[in-house]
Amino acid sequence: MSSSSSFPVGAIHHVSGTAVVVRGDDIDTDRIIPARFLKCVTFDALGPAVFADDRAEMAEASAEPHPFDRAEHQGASILLVNRNFGCGSSREHAPQALMRWGIRAVVGESFAEIFYGNCLALGIPCLVADHDVMLQIQAAAADPAMAFRVDVEQARLTAGDQSWPLELAPGPKQMLATGQWDATGQLLANGEALQATAARLPYLRQFSAA
Amino acid sequence: MSSGTLYDKVWDLHQVAQLPGGATQLFIGLHLIHEVTSPQAFAGLKDLGLTVRHPERTVATVDHIVPTTSQARPFADPLAEEMLATLEANCAEHGITLHGIGSGRQGIVHVIAPELGLTQPGMTVACGDSHTSTHGAFGAIAFGIGTSQVRDVLASQSLAMGKLKVRRIWVDGRLQRGVYAKDLVLHVIRSLGVKGGVGYAYEFAGPVIEALSMEERMTLCNMAIEGGARCGYVNPDPVTFAYLQGRPFAPAGEAWDQAVAWWTSLASGPDAVFDDEVRFDAASIAPTVTWGITPGQGIGVDEAVPTLEQTEPDERPLAEEAYRYMDLEPGSPIAGTPVDVCFIGSCTNGRLSDLQAAAAVARGRHVAAGIKAFVVPGSEQVAVAAQAEGLDKLFEAAGFEWREPGCSMCLAMNPDRLEGRQISASSSNRNFKGRQGSASGRTLLMSPAMVAAAAINGRVSDVRDLLNA
Repeated sequence: MSSSSSFPVGAIHHVSGTAVVVRGDDIDTDRIIPARFLKCVTFDALGPAVFADDRAEMAEASAEPHPFDRAEHQGASILLVNRNFGCGSSREHAPQALMRWGIRAVVGESFAEIFYGNCLALGIPCLVADHDVMLQIQAAAADPAMAFRVDVEQARLTAGDQSWPLELAPGPKQMLATGQWDATGQLLANGEALQATAARLPYLRQFSAA
Repeated sequence: MSSGTLYDKVWDLHQVAQLPGGATQLFIGLHLIHEVTSPQAFAGLKDLGLTVRHPERTVATVDHIVPTTSQARPFADPLAEEMLATLEANCAEHGITLHGIGSGRQGIVHVIAPELGLTQPGMTVACGDSHTSTHGAFGAIAFGIGTSQVRDVLASQSLAMGKLKVRRIWVDGRLQRGVYAKDLVLHVIRSLGVKGGVGYAYEFAGPVIEALSMEERMTLCNMAIEGGARCGYVNPDPVTFAYLQGRPFAPAGEAWDQAVAWWTSLASGPDAVFDDEVRFDAASIAPTVTWGITPGQGIGVDEAVPTLEQTEPDERPLAEEAYRYMDLEPGSPIAGTPVDVCFIGSCTNGRLSDLQAAAAVARGRHVAAGIKAFVVPGSEQVAVAAQAEGLDKLFEAAGFEWREPGCSMCLAMNPDRLEGRQISASSSNRNFKGRQGSASGRTLLMSPAMVAAAAINGRVSDVRDLLNA
């Protein structure tokens, strides 16, 4: 478990560490954090509950524990996934749980939009890899001690002497690299423009003439 | 790139600024909050020393955690009680209207905002809940957000957003008797996939959409997110206006005519350009049931669970996982699958017309032995309207339980949940593993009328047979 002091802060240029692979398409946020754990008024206790039901299911029914339960993946900071990761519920509890477990970057074939935005708002980059590239990356991660490095500005993942191109849209890339991924300050800086926008919306002036 | 669509027009009107990171700052016209995704947002606001910029543009209710048997306070579950108490305190502190239990206006957030007339065409609507897409039924641009974004809307009444592409989903023909908006949207998701809509807003249009009631349009837009589209919408038209007129927060008097003129001007025009278009023929759609663990794993009730050979190669791992989890045999018909629990309700299908459709099937019949069946109205107003028609008595006489409003077993953050390996026929929106409160519980999504048919027969049944009987 990471302490809150190590949560993302400021500019995020790269994320280094070992990787953990969670295979499969369409892994939804109910699986990342089941609804019963949403009964809380802070996010503090979510880390240990990440993938709770999947982990319990594998502990019972499978020869292999869930990747998040394997000793060699404790301390991993890069999550490797497949397609449409984080679909379903908008719950920010999902990236919060991943972050509190220790994840600081996610690389996958595609992401559900709300999940992607929620990660960005926490300073967790989600980078996209082609299917074939993802298979190579996941193969490299078969060695649990392999040290990976996500370079945000270059949108590249390296591991030892291997390196793969990733995609990161210019907007999120710039927000991460400049430390402006937390949008609140930017939104508040435009007070006058906010007022001007509100003033031109008919429904905010009861449809009376301007 | 799209142009001239409702999405483009509403987006342009609500643009505040281009942000340094490349995102657009978008003004949010209506912000809806509830007890699950707001407490950390208010705490975040406090941490930053900020206040709520437009408390009059945020409206709260409580839905996810409320019990549907007894709603007496304090709740038996102390965590649920703490969440509601926190919402009450936050709303009181910041001057936000809360439609609480017993107010006559409480209910599922996506049911009450439309029925109060809060949701209107041309608005941007945000809520910390993915099914906010529901409000697109009015020609609003409505989407779910996370808690950090809830904090941002509270602080600035705006969000940092990227513009979506627009796909028009055109539906020709006519829905058969016994085929509802729920079947239509399950069919769309089955056809385009759960990832098909990622990066898109879905505009639903065509003769079939125009003929849908507002409640049916809400069902349709509600599940746009299950197809990956963060928002779905229908252009405002006389059906929309007739629904809104006279509702508590709808414009009235002179403002009404001004509003209708403005709303009408927002609809996608004949010269609108879409990034993409997909066409469907409604006549070919059967009552649709999911057999798997994503809403895209749906089939007609007269079809069999697809075999691996019938499944696209890249969908096969998920199909295999679904066979295992659901314990359904590939190639076997879905009709006849025994069920344990039947749930009618949710933000997808908890409105009056949904209950009426289920009641039409239940009338004069009885729930099969050993089946637990219950009906959860989507709001206090829905409950009152249904009771005025005697639907509560009709359901009870048929062996269904009649409950208090809330999200109930859609997501099991309250006492309503599956136990063990139970399998449900459910009018809700998600059949994800563990979704209904048991880590091994199984969900078959279908329309409320189909749920009623399953309850009567104790197994998945073609509702058309009961309607014709």
